[in-house]
Amino acid sequence: MIEHSYIIALLPLVSYVLIVFFFSKRDKVASGIAITAVLISFVLSVFALFETLADKGPHIIRFEWIVIPGFSLPLSIYFDPLTSVMLLVVTIVSSCVHIYSLGYMHGDPRFPRFFSFLSLFTFSMLGLVLSGSFVGTYIFWELVGLTSYLLIGFWFEKSSASNAGKKAFITTKTGDLGFLLGLLVMYFFAHTLDYQTFYSLVENNQISAGVLTAIGILLFMGAVGKSAQFPLHVWLPDAMEGPTPVSALIHAATMVAAGVYLTARIMSIIVVSHTAAMTIAYIGAFTAFMAASIALVQNDIKRVLAYSTISQLGYMMLALGVGGYVSGTFHLMTHAFFKALLFLGAGSVIHAVHTNDINEMGGLQKKMPITAITFYIASLSISGIFPLSGFWSKDEIFGAVMREGHYFLLIVAVLVAGMTSFYMFRLCFLTFTGKPRDQHKYDHSHESPKNMTYPLMVLAFLSIFAGWVGIPWLHKGYSSFVFFEHPHHESPVIWLMIISTIVALSGIYLAYLMYYKRSIDPVKVGERFKPIYTFLLNKWYFDELYMGTVIKFVYWFMEVLYRFDVGIIDWFVNFVGRFGLFNSRLWQTFDVYIIDGAVNGAGYLTRWISGGLRKIQTGQVQNYAFVIFLGVVLLILFRVM
Amino acid sequence: MPTVDHYLVLSGLLFCIGAFGLLTRRNAIGVLMSIELMFNSANINFISFSKFLTPQALTGQAFAVFVITIAAAEAAVGLAIVVLMYRNFDVVDVDYIDFMRW
Amino acid sequence: MHFPILTYMVFTPLVGMLAVMVLRKGADNAARYTSLFFSLIPLLLSFILLAEFDGSTAKMQFVEYISWIPSLGIHYYLGADGISVPMLFLTALLSFVSIIASFGIKIRVKEYFAFFLLLEFSMMGVFAALDLFLFYVFWEIMLVPMYFLIGIWGGPRKEYAAIKFFLYTLLGSVLMLVGIIAVYFYTEPHTLDIMELIHRSSSYGHTFQLIIFAAFFFGFAVKVPVWPFHTWLPDAHVEAPTAVSVILAGVLLKMGIYGMLRVSYPMFPKAAIYYAIPIALLGMIAIIYGAFVSMAQKDLKKLVAYSSVSHMGYCMLGLAALTTASFSGVMFQMFSHGVLTGAMFLLVGVIYDRAHTREIAAFGGIGAKVPIYAGVFTLFGMGSLGLPGMSGFVSEFLTFVGSYNSPYIQRWIVIVSILGVVLTAGYILRMIQKVFLGPFNTRWENLTEINGREIFTVVPLGILTILIGVYPKVLSYFISASINNVIKIITG
Repeated sequence: MIEHSYIIALLPLVSYVLIVFFFSKRDKVASGIAITAVLISFVLSVFALFETLADKGPHIIRFEWIVIPGFSLPLSIYFDPLTSVMLLVVTIVSSCVHIYSLGYMHGDPRFPRFFSFLSLFTFSMLGLVLSGSFVGTYIFWELVGLTSYLLIGFWFEKSSASNAGKKAFITTKTGDLGFLLGLLVMYFFAHTLDYQTFYSLVENNQISAGVLTAIGILLFMGAVGKSAQFPLHVWLPDAMEGPTPVSALIHAATMVAAGVYLTARIMSIIVVSHTAAMTIAYIGAFTAFMAASIALVQNDIKRVLAYSTISQLGYMMLALGVGGYVSGTFHLMTHAFFKALLFLGAGSVIHAVHTNDINEMGGLQKKMPITAITFYIASLSISGIFPLSGFWSKDEIFGAVMREGHYFLLIVAVLVAGMTSFYMFRLCFLTFTGKPRDQHKYDHSHESPKNMTYPLMVLAFLSIFAGWVGIPWLHKGYSSFVFFEHPHHESPVIWLMIISTIVALSGIYLAYLMYYKRSIDPVKVGERFKPIYTFLLNKWYFDELYMGTVIKFVYWFMEVLYRFDVGIIDWFVNFVGRFGLFNSRLWQTFDVYIIDGAVNGAGYLTRWISGGLRKIQTGQVQNYAFVIFLGVVLLILFRVM
Repeated sequence: MPTVDHYLVLSGLLFCIGAFGLLTRRNAIGVLMSIELMFNSANINFISFSKFLTPQALTGQAFAVFVITIAAAEAAVGLAIVVLMYRNFDVVDVDYIDFMRW
Repeated sequence: MHFPILTYMVFTPLVGMLAVMVLRKGADNAARYTSLFFSLIPLLLSFILLAEFDGSTAKMQFVEYISWIPSLGIHYYLGADGISVPMLFLTALLSFVSIIASFGIKIRVKEYFAFFLLLEFSMMGVFAALDLFLFYVFWEIMLVPMYFLIGIWGGPRKEYAAIKFFLYTLLGSVLMLVGIIAVYFYTEPHTLDIMELIHRSSSYGHTFQLIIFAAFFFGFAVKVPVWPFHTWLPDAHVEAPTAVSVILAGVLLKMGIYGMLRVSYPMFPKAAIYYAIPIALLGMIAIIYGAFVSMAQKDLKKLVAYSSVSHMGYCMLGLAALTTASFSGVMFQMFSHGVLTGAMFLLVGVIYDRAHTREIAAFGGIGAKVPIYAGVFTLFGMGSLGLPGMSGFVSEFLTFVGSYNSPYIQRWIVIVSILGVVLTAGYILRMIQKVFLGPFNTRWENLTEINGREIFTVVPLGILTILIGVYPKVLSYFISASINNVIKIITG
């Protein structure tokens, strides 16, 4: 299967093409094709996983792409255990989201288009995962960006949606500048953009550490954009304007994790360059903290989840930055499942009550039990409660940070874990428990149809058990399958596990007190810490900051340049033209009065003289004869004298 | 015995009379007659020079005969013009005939 | 003597022009179909050209060499190599497409198509000529139909735009003429054979190269247009009818770059190296500046016009870098920009025909009303912002990689130029958003969807851009040997 693994990616592309060109008006056929394609991809990914279990590879398949004398840029497939895990994650979540969308998007006028975009996204994401060269990664990286743009703006009649799409595209594109530049630097020093060739150059110390730092940080800039890390995280919360299945698939589970995936792929740089590694780790830790703090106070169910996603991605970056290749990618996988589940659950709620505002929900667990239960499972998992998936992966991260001796980062990470469990259960309690705060919406709510609840159950299952492959006591577990350079078995740190569980539980307990038992009034707490509350509610004022500086500058500068163009350059061109015209007028004057005057003057003079002279033409023959005689006489007189 | 000088004086006087008539007469017939006078003064010149300078050759006489012939033809044409003038304009006054004026 | 395919390609449109001219007055449909027929022939011939072309050699192929004015050493010399073959194909294709797109022309139809065919004739000639005199003749002939096409069938300020275009280009080509004459008298024996002149380039003195290169450069730069000689372009584009804009952006701008690749760079290698940094700077400024100014536009066509300035900046950057990769990037960019911007202008024309306005702010949300049109427009918009999978990405990437690896220019120029990628995304997305997305503007309740004929005009362009984006070898097969040869001539 591995040697034909491109089929896994191509199937959804085929589905996209079929839907766009042939079935753009037929809901059932379009969704059927898309789901079939992604399910086949899933099955093939499973086969591929078994093959990699038998032979870890990496398996490399190269294709010629750009071939010019002295310059060649092949594309390739790089198939190692991480690839197969990613393939599986993407196809599973994508399949669930496809099926879920049957229910969620039911009745939408652009239903086939939605499925075509989902297919296109799945294709791009699978391509990104399979790609074995940085240029190939970049290509699919941009394509997932495009599909993200298209899907965020799927309901483009809403200005907020179309704005959000544009913002997402441009913000991530800003990060991609770094990616692109990183590719240029890499090609300049390594003369290759191929994963394997590059890795072997790095291993053999053929590229200096300074250069590697530059490449690492530049490529990480791309990851910062895509994975919504500080300072380019602002697009992800807005991206929640897209349909909720899209948020689950693209903006929670897969595309945003692409940045983490890329960072994992440059692990060999991180190992060599301390500067790059620390940049990644600290940006990750800061992002995790910042996003979690914002999530504490948000009231839009999807935005809370979005900030949670940013925070969790920060975790993964932190893990990778401290060299935790296993823990970072492991958390990527578990996070994909429980975060997708959370989003799909949130989508199910939104589908039922038609609002995103948690202040208008409450008590929904009676109406929609499956959604509520799966949502609780996911929340427990993300909070890191034993023995759910999130517990194992989060613990791996803590372990990695601690082993490398970054105690400050460890404290931040644990603190963020507490915040995570608090805001997640704040969300759970406000949504599913207590009294309905909007009776009308509550009365109209209902459990979602089966095609929405089944994917929830599948993901809930995975949220519980997927992490078990990484139980540290398991000797043939995740860390012996996906590893960097060589597998290492670290003995689990029991006391760390206990601490993290205590922190998570206390977060939940605090949320319980504030939002379930109401023994602490959240409003009073908000009043008490008014400045901090406002600061968090306004998302640290990042949007305002960017609007006020970068965006404003761009708008101002474009106007200035346009005025310059019209006012100076074009003015000068026209000036030259007018100057030519003026000159020609000047010369025309000279021409009319001087040159033409001379010509006409000669004519006038001739006429004037002849006007006088012609008077001697009397017509009298005798006058003429007299003149002749006079002439003769004069001649004679001259002769004589 | 008259010498060549006498003839030349006669011829000169005759020419002057003719010339005067030519320039002063207003009657077209008079003008024509004055021209005849000038022809004849020329003829006298021819003949007298022939007689006194080359008595053997009759060159001068021959010229005179030609002049007389041409004068006759010329007078005929001139008189015809005068007749036409009279018919068209009822005048034979050359002052009136200045159509070739500026 | 083989089949003189280039002559047929060049002169068929001229024959077509005569045929259209002798048509009965008022026979509009006959004029349309006659010109369609006569532009189809060069297109079919260009397919033969592509099929017969041997990409493994840099030699001139399909050569026709006939003495024309022996006393001056001028020949009728046509030939094609990897640089001109893609351009000939592009010219034939865009002319054909534009003629279809011109079927909506209602006034003075016969003259319009006659001028159009004359234009095609001259463009073909420029790309096929290998004698400087012949080259110059074709170059100048091109101005005439262009002037009338803008000046008669243009928008409200057509006279101004036409005269500006005409005079500006003429100014440039006069300097080029000076260069041609200088080269002619400098060589002994006098010749205007481009290949021969390139062959002797090593004998040209340093100062001579610097001066004459500048003369040629100015001539070509006006046509490209290189910043700051670009201001005729927005005016001409805005006033020109749709099909003329397509040709203007798709082919005429490429003539400038083609001239540099064919004449000034290989002929004056020392000057090319000497001027590398200034030219790269001009390219960088054009990229950034064009993108910013595009962003400020309120008129769709003007936006696309300024985006051409930005896109041509990539070409200048790539030319200045003097590496195989960057020159290939230039070739890709020429082809890709011709296809993409041609399509963009066609699409702007489609909406203008229906809405009679091009003001971006007048639209809004029409994506709901005309989904197919919106989809096609978005496709080409994405192409022009350099989305991978389409030709624009390949060209930008090659240009950047080539320039970054160039020993002749400084790296910060490339780094600043990369900013253009984001800015381009910015203005394209803003445009798409303001026209197609957001709340539906009910003023366009009766807007009709793009029709079959219009779709037909953009489909080949869409196929080409995706084909090249996915599998660049289809283009690199043609260009690589010739590009490599040019680089070898320049850098020794």
